[in-house]
Amino acid sequence: MNAKTADKVATGVIYAIAGSVALVLFAMLAFILVRGLPHLSWHFLTSAARSFEAGGGIGIQLFNSFYLLILAMLISFPIALGAAIYLNEYAKKNSLWVSIVRTSIEVMSSLPSVVVGLFGFLIFVVKFKLGFSILSGAIALTIFNLPILTRSIETSLSQIPNLQREAGAALGLSRFETVIHIILPASVPSIVTGVVISAGRVFGEAAALIYTAGQSAPTLDFTDWNPFNMASPLSPFRPAETLAVHIWKINSEGIMPDISEVSAGASAVLIIVVLLFNFSARRLGQLLYKKLTKA
Amino acid sequence: MDLITEKIKKTSLSTKQDRFGKAISILALLFIAAIVVMIFAFVITRGFATFTSNKINVFDFLFGTNWNPSVVDKKTGLPGVGAAPLIIGSLAVTFLAALIATPFAIGTAVFMTEVAKKRGAKIMQPVIELLVGIPSVVYGVIGLTVVVPFVRSIFGGTGLGILSGTIVLCVMILPTITSMTVDTLKAVPRHYRESALAIGATRWQMIYKVILRAATPGILTAIVFGMARAFGEALAVQMVIGNAANMPESLVSPSATLTSVLTMGIGNTVMGSLQNNVLWSLAMILLLMSLVFNILIRWIGSKGELK
Amino acid sequence: MTKKGQDLKPVSDFIPDKAPDRFIYQMNEDKHEVALKTEGLQVRYGDKLALSEGDLSFERYKITSLIGASGSGKSTFLRSLNRMNDGVANVSGKIIYRDLDINSKDIDVYEMRRHIGMVFQRPNPFAKSIYENITFPLTRRGKYTKNQLDEIVETTLKQAALWDQVKDELDKSALALSGGQAQRLVIARALALKPDILLLDEPSSALDPISSAQFEETLLELKKYYTIIIVTHNMQQAARISDYTAFFHQGKVIEYDLTRKIFTRPKVKLTNDYISGNFG
Repeated sequence: MNAKTADKVATGVIYAIAGSVALVLFAMLAFILVRGLPHLSWHFLTSAARSFEAGGGIGIQLFNSFYLLILAMLISFPIALGAAIYLNEYAKKNSLWVSIVRTSIEVMSSLPSVVVGLFGFLIFVVKFKLGFSILSGAIALTIFNLPILTRSIETSLSQIPNLQREAGAALGLSRFETVIHIILPASVPSIVTGVVISAGRVFGEAAALIYTAGQSAPTLDFTDWNPFNMASPLSPFRPAETLAVHIWKINSEGIMPDISEVSAGASAVLIIVVLLFNFSARRLGQLLYKKLTKA
Repeated sequence: MDLITEKIKKTSLSTKQDRFGKAISILALLFIAAIVVMIFAFVITRGFATFTSNKINVFDFLFGTNWNPSVVDKKTGLPGVGAAPLIIGSLAVTFLAALIATPFAIGTAVFMTEVAKKRGAKIMQPVIELLVGIPSVVYGVIGLTVVVPFVRSIFGGTGLGILSGTIVLCVMILPTITSMTVDTLKAVPRHYRESALAIGATRWQMIYKVILRAATPGILTAIVFGMARAFGEALAVQMVIGNAANMPESLVSPSATLTSVLTMGIGNTVMGSLQNNVLWSLAMILLLMSLVFNILIRWIGSKGELK
Repeated sequence: MTKKGQDLKPVSDFIPDKAPDRFIYQMNEDKHEVALKTEGLQVRYGDKLALSEGDLSFERYKITSLIGASGSGKSTFLRSLNRMNDGVANVSGKIIYRDLDINSKDIDVYEMRRHIGMVFQRPNPFAKSIYENITFPLTRRGKYTKNQLDEIVETTLKQAALWDQVKDELDKSALALSGGQAQRLVIARALALKPDILLLDEPSSALDPISSAQFEETLLELKKYYTIIIVTHNMQQAARISDYTAFFHQGKVIEYDLTRKIFTRPKVKLTNDYISGNFG
């Protein structure tokens, strides 16, 4: 086989590989959506799950997922922001302790999420006696989310040219002031993209939650918004099975007759939400960027 | 002294702000570092309890083939704490998944960076991003409803097992390896390509003999990253592996991995009991393995720099 | 003060063999008001000495040009004057401003920089409106009424010769300005703090010839109120606008004198080579 034929064959193979990868994705999406969409209804999205009979929904799980996501983001964003600001704005490039911290963030980002969940279980559920609760789950998700978010914010900050920092410094503005009022606003579009993408990951995470937020979804009283009542949707101390955990749970040990319907519908909802996060992440970033630079 | 000289000598608002900013941002960083230290400290302390308070021999744990912690083995008189089936299960799915995913990942990355840049950016980039974004339980559902029946129809049996786990993991780590390989390929200097083409190499010769060679350390790093993800993945694997902690007889017989046993077991055991302690030992192995993958990545990185 | 100028008599005809190695103009502080001066300034990047022995005095309300090839240390010198090199390089020696050594620890760098402003090579407006670009550094440190701010914006933009072009679109994002306009805005922003001294680091190198010419006019206008020290690689520019010129070479000030002397009768051979273009 001469070089030219080899080139043609290789090109063909590469096209086939890329095509098959794309095909796998589309097939999976189509499979989930085609199977799940027929089961979606207002009733399915809003009613409580049933353990023994058919006709249950995913209302509470859906609410739990969003509530946990918001809490986890509220806790992790300020910490990640602070850490990213230090790493990108204050840290000296070749200081030993900064490289140690960087390494530990890297290690943290590669921790299996089940280990994060077990750690959360050990410390918050057992030691601090929080039990299976929203709070334990939110903290576990925070640990899961922190390294990714920190890195993404740090990258966003580093994309703002040094000219801006020099400008601030030359005007007698403190470095911190420059970061907060100049650098951060300028990097908002890419930070938002990063936050929304990580929100998608957090929303779909289950392994870190099984033993922290728990695997049960007690009935909620949606008229009671006092966070100190156990039945209140806002209560941080109640167990809260999320959508992703629910999917895992019914597939591993569910006993209701319509498992496959509920599983299909819930998977479709999960995928749709995650896809929405993914699509809106870039759109939102671009939109903000345009708004920021518009004439 | 005039006003300006006086002002210059005083600590200004800016300086105070800066001290404050530095302090709170360093606090955030220390918080993260503290969490990492705590995770390691707690999991390792608990993991060691098996060997200290339950007096289990480390070698029996690592190489024993009987995993059944709640039942006492008649031959040895000890509970079945041999984790070898789980370790082998984890390693098998990890290596097999990486083995299958790598050619696809490299092919896709080459497609995106060398063969069809425009279509690569337009179609494949979002495809890869979406693949990364799909939650692992959804992979598990697809594995359970598509892969397992498919394997069953070909090989018989239950369809659950290492093969199904491998297939699911393979798709899951494919985007990780691909996107990191894309980054490495993009970092290969353009003059490498130009000089190869200038001496009459075909595109494939250029890719194969120049680009991929130059990018080898980066590609290896990408593969290790993928393997780290596969090794630590819990739910998707647990859903299709069969959860039978036997020494795997074949690729299509029900087996177990470290993560699957952990996921299933930790809720059903009592804190402080032997059955619970050995589970923490499994978690410790997971943790240490993720450290090993990290060290491996750094080692490849430093080797790559030397060239 | 050490006598560094060995030969104070003007050399009418340049004789290479008899020329001194260096010549530093000693400013008579009784006759000329000195706004800023350096004593024994040395800058190190790690172990590498980037700048040594630059004892210069800068006269108030004059423009001083720093010229020299790339890497000659002129920008390093300029950036050290308001301590923009802090954390980047190690700067030793004294920088005297209002009888204070501002290169010492007990000086508040941020406050000092509000009096010794700096404009950089590439225009760096903030991602804010034109109006806010000017008012932001002010309002962060003091209370101003809307009228005061309006007035400051108008005055400084007029001083920077940008007012007529942007007066109707002050709310427009500063990022939408052209390079020349952005650089003027940056100057206006620096002027709003009412600094004593303005340090300019190749401010017109990113501008086209026409903007650059307008920019020079602006500087000549500004020198009525400000002491200006400007790094430029454009010798014609230095000759046109500055009162004093310092020639840097390999991290040293080789010659410092009145601009007209430097460009007509340089005392040092290196300077002569550089300005006549047969350098190297």
